[in-house]
Order: sequence, then structure tokens, then C-alpha cells
Amino acid sequence: MTRIDDTFARLRAEGRKAFVSYIMAGDPDLATSLEVMKGLPGAGVDIIELGMPFTDPMADGPTIQLAGQRALEGGQTLEKTLDMVREFRKDDATTPIVMMGYYNPIYSRGVSRFLDEAKQAGIDGLIIVDLPPEEDEELCIPAQAAGINFIRLATPTTDAKRLPKVLQNTSGFVYYVSITGITGAAAAQAADVAPEVARIKGATDLPVIVGFGITTPESAQAIAGVADGCVVGSAIVKLIGEGHAPAEVLARVSELAEGAHRA
Amino acid sequence: MAEDLINSFMTGPDENGRFGDFGGRFVSETLMPLILALEEEYERAKTDESFWAEMDDLWKHYVGRPSPLYFAERLTEYLGGAKVYLKRDELNHTGAHKINNVLGQILLARRMGKTRIIAETGAGQHGVATATVCARFGLKCVVYMGAHDVERQAPNVFRMKLLGAEVIPVTSGRGTLKDAMNDALRDWVTNVHDTFYCIGTVAGPHPYPAMVRDFQSIIGKEVREQIMEREGRLPDTIIAAIGGGSNAMGLFYPFLDDKDVRIIGVEAGGKGVDEKMQHCASLTGGRPGVLHGNRTYLLQDGDGQILEGYSISAGLDYPGIGPEHAWLHEIGRAEYVAITDVEALAAFQLCCQQEGIIPALEPSHALAHVVKIAPTLPADHLIVMNMCGRGDKDIFTVAKALNVDLTA
Repeated sequence: MTRIDDTFARLRAEGRKAFVSYIMAGDPDLATSLEVMKGLPGAGVDIIELGMPFTDPMADGPTIQLAGQRALEGGQTLEKTLDMVREFRKDDATTPIVMMGYYNPIYSRGVSRFLDEAKQAGIDGLIIVDLPPEEDEELCIPAQAAGINFIRLATPTTDAKRLPKVLQNTSGFVYYVSITGITGAAAAQAADVAPEVARIKGATDLPVIVGFGITTPESAQAIAGVADGCVVGSAIVKLIGEGHAPAEVLARVSELAEGAHRA
Repeated sequence: MAEDLINSFMTGPDENGRFGDFGGRFVSETLMPLILALEEEYERAKTDESFWAEMDDLWKHYVGRPSPLYFAERLTEYLGGAKVYLKRDELNHTGAHKINNVLGQILLARRMGKTRIIAETGAGQHGVATATVCARFGLKCVVYMGAHDVERQAPNVFRMKLLGAEVIPVTSGRGTLKDAMNDALRDWVTNVHDTFYCIGTVAGPHPYPAMVRDFQSIIGKEVREQIMEREGRLPDTIIAAIGGGSNAMGLFYPFLDDKDVRIIGVEAGGKGVDEKMQHCASLTGGRPGVLHGNRTYLLQDGDGQILEGYSISAGLDYPGIGPEHAWLHEIGRAEYVAITDVEALAAFQLCCQQEGIIPALEPSHALAHVVKIAPTLPADHLIVMNMCGRGDKDIFTVAKALNVDLTA
């Protein structure tokens, strides 16, 4: 059982949906992003997705691309991202942290070294965009063995034939990508998402969380209503990019979280 | 070399798209079903005689194949050593080897019912080839090109537009070829139903490295026949320039199992392969990593962040290299060397003067290595170098490098 499993068990018992929020580690600098991160649980965030900046984020739209660039220009490294988590864990032992990003920085560090450090730092799950089930031996299997959830993306192109393969080594939750496209692009429609979530839930007992294209408390409510929760990323990252102070960012996160929790 | 352990170097990739540890399918889930469908269709086409008949017909009548294998007599005499042959792929329609591969992929796209073609381009040669074949078949064509390259390759941008393509300047990241590839992948993730991604080199997720290699292998197959006809034997050394590595893979592949044929790939050494990293020599100055769907050698920093390459040649300006080259490098079947901007420029001028051929800056790198080794080799040593593109596109760059003002 990871903190992720515990969190979903608690939410289920309370009859609540999960609100997951994404921020980029080190955006625009380490101190600011750590301040935002520390404020997320208080703003109603159930699970934190912490982005690891990468020079070539192929699945991300302009908002998250620019966040990654700001972080890298600010000197963010994987080591500093791990430090952020260690720092956060000093005051918060329960909020699950999922690291999200691309494989190369982890591969470069060395998979077993990274997993040791990630586990010790208090990371609960990984979402690695460019590791499909076909590459499970790389990181997914070792991560599970190390007690870290490997959360897989399912997408509108994941058909019935492929779905079992996608679910096979997934743990923690399933992240349903509500649109074909990049992060922060089109708006997700609950009516389109509902049957897809039902299709996935028909094939797994894991919670299904929906992300990509959720920008308002209303859409957070609508989408969370047809799933086990929702993820908001670009809409929060955009505020950070515009230079809003952490308190302002967290105020908006609260509104989004309330939206999701109304579902 | 592990010769005794391997019966053939030509069996790769395996079913997971791996050449040894390199290659693979490192893409987002949205793209996985697309590349699996592409692989399936390619496997079908590979054994379909009608597919190859159509390719042969287009290669012959549209591209102008076979390209000549030309004995560079004056250059040979000048260098005073090995006998130098040039494979004249610069004589192809559109002026480079790129069209060999584009034709194959566009025919596949048509088989798959795709109506919109996207491509990335650096110098613009692959973009021009893609725009050309799309015009030929009446397909919509969108080309992603780094904003910086759009500026320095204006003639090719205009060519693509004349051919009916939409050219999208890429400003994400640093606006270079790798960013153009990122944006093309983002387009593909968004337009999954009608769009075919025509990759210009032997990189990307499986099956692209193998597929592009197979289409480009026409180069090496022709060389085998032509050199047998001219010399009655295989060459001793074959040489090609490498950015992503498609012209080189096309020349090398049919010779991989001929163990007496020495194979040399020439990377762009830019301003020198040192810690300043102002080069594009991924094998000489990089280390293994994962980018754009495959594991290969990459220019990267200690934290796994990808570095920008640098070369005078926009076509070699890519921080990675095809995974099969990475594998051939590791097992030692091919040698890889680096040539600097200065050396390539000297070879460029030498070729103009000695042979009346204006080469592209990319093969000028290969030629510079020929210039280095030919004098050290005996007169009966046969070198075949792939002249993979012509230099018309590069005259502005060369003029600038030689401090010539074309507007004066």
C-alpha cells in the first residue's frame, strides 16, 4: 500500500472525488515552486503531480513547455526536484506525490539509483509519458518492485484490444487522457469522457482519474463527476507563468478543488 | 568485433524494434496504436510485389534512379592514393537522397488511407522532398521547420510553398530541428485519424529506423551492382556523412555482412569535438539516452537534458543519431569519425574545383574524410563515398563562411 492507495481508500470511504494538481518543479524557481507545493494540500489537493522539467517535452502544450524551460533556466535538476520532495515531506507525511515527466533524465541518472532515491525521498508514483507498456522492463517493473506505483496513461486511441496491455502493470490509478492532443489544448467534455471512463473501469478495479483540458471549477466538477477524480495542470501552471504570487495561485487551486469536490 | 557470435548483421531490429540495446518504442500511449498500425502495414507492403513495382517505377521515372556511380578521376589523381568513386545521389529529383524514403512512406500513407502528411525538416531537403511527393499525389502537406532554419534556408522554404506545402516555423524550445520534430509529434498526437508522420531519417520509434533504412537501401544495392560491373569486385571502403544517418544507413546496410568492406560514418564535428559541445557528433561526443521514440547516442548534459548541436551544415544539426548506427558503433562493425566545419569547407571547394560538382555541405564532411585517408591507401584500394546531396542550397552559407558578400 502506498500513500496513493491509502488516499483513494479514504476518499472512497468519504464518498469524495480526488482532486489532483500538477505543478512543474523549479518553476519559476525552486523556492517559489516549493512554497506553492507546500500550500497545495491546504488548498484541497488530494494528490500532487510534480513535473520533472525536460528539454523536449513531446506530449506537452506551450504552457507546460514554457514552465519546463523556466525551471531549467532557473537551474532545476533532478537532484533539486528530489530535494523539493524531501523538504515537503518534513511537514507532510501523507499527501501522495507523483512525479511526472519523461524518461531520459531518469535513464541518465540510472534507474536503480533513481528509484532508491525517489523511494527514500517519499515519492509514491511515477507517470512517465514516453514509456508505453512495450517498454515496461525499463522502469515500470523495477518501480513496482521498489514499491513505487507506475501510473499509466490511457487515451482515446487505446482501443479495447490494447486496453488490457495498458492496464496490466499499472498501479495506483489510471490516468485517462481525455483528448487526443497535448496538455492544455482542447476542452474536455464530460459527455465524451463518461463512456470512456466506464469502458476502463469495466476492465480494472483501479481508480480512473481524468486529465488534459480541464481549466475551470465547473469543468473540474463535470469531469470528476464521471470519474474518480480529475487532474488540473496547465490552468495552474499558466498562473505561475504569469507571475502570480503563490497565495494567488493557491486561491485558484482552492476554487478548482472545490469544483472537483462538489462532484 | 563479435563476428563469431553473430551470423548476420542484417537481421535487426528484433520484434521490439531493438538493435541490441538501441531503438525501441519510447512514445506516448496516444501514439502507440498509430505506430503499431504503421508497422503492420509496412510488414504487409514489404512482401507485396505491387508495392515495390510502384516504387521501382517512381524511382526510375520520377526520381531518376539508378543514380550513377562515378569514378572521380581527377580527385583520385589529386589525392594520389585510393581510387575514389562517388555515388551520385545528388542527381536525384529534388537534389538529395531524401526522396528515396519519402516515396516509400507516401505510398504507405496512401495504402493506409491517410490524407494529411506531416514532416520535420532541418536544412529543408526532407521538407522539399515531402512537399514534392505530396504534390505528385495530391496530398495535404504540413512541414515543421525550426524558426532559425526558416530564416537561413529561405530558398527551400519558398520551394516548399511553391509545391503547395504549409511551412510552420517552430519557435518552441530553441527553434531547431529537434524542436521541429517535437512539434511534428505534437501535431500527430492531436491529429491521429487522418495524419501520417513522414520522418526524414533512420530515427524515431520503431518501425521508422528500419523502414527508412529499407527505403534508402536502394543506394547500397545499386552501388553493389555498379561497382561489380565497373571493377568486378566489392569496394574496400564505403563512406557517408551522418546527421540522423539515413543516407549512410542506405549505403551501409547492403554491405554489413561483407566483412572485408570497411564502413565509415562521418559525423559533423562543428567547431571541434570537445567539452564546449559545439558539434553534432553524437557517437564521438555523446552517450546513450532516450529521445524522439528511441534509445540512441545523444548530446546531453549530466542531468539528461538534451543539448543543441552545432554544425555549419543544417542537415547534420541534430543531437541524436539513428539507433542502428549506435549499435553498429558499439559492436564495432562500423567506424565513426568527426570532421570539422573547416575541413568540410575545404573539401567542398576541392570537389568544385577538381570534379565540377558542387556538393552539399553534408557529403562534404564525408569527402573531407576521403581526403584524409585516400592518400594513405594503395592505388588498388576502392573507396565509394555517397554524394547524398547537391550544394545549391548551401551557396549562401559557404559564401558567408568564405567572407564573400553576394549582394555586393
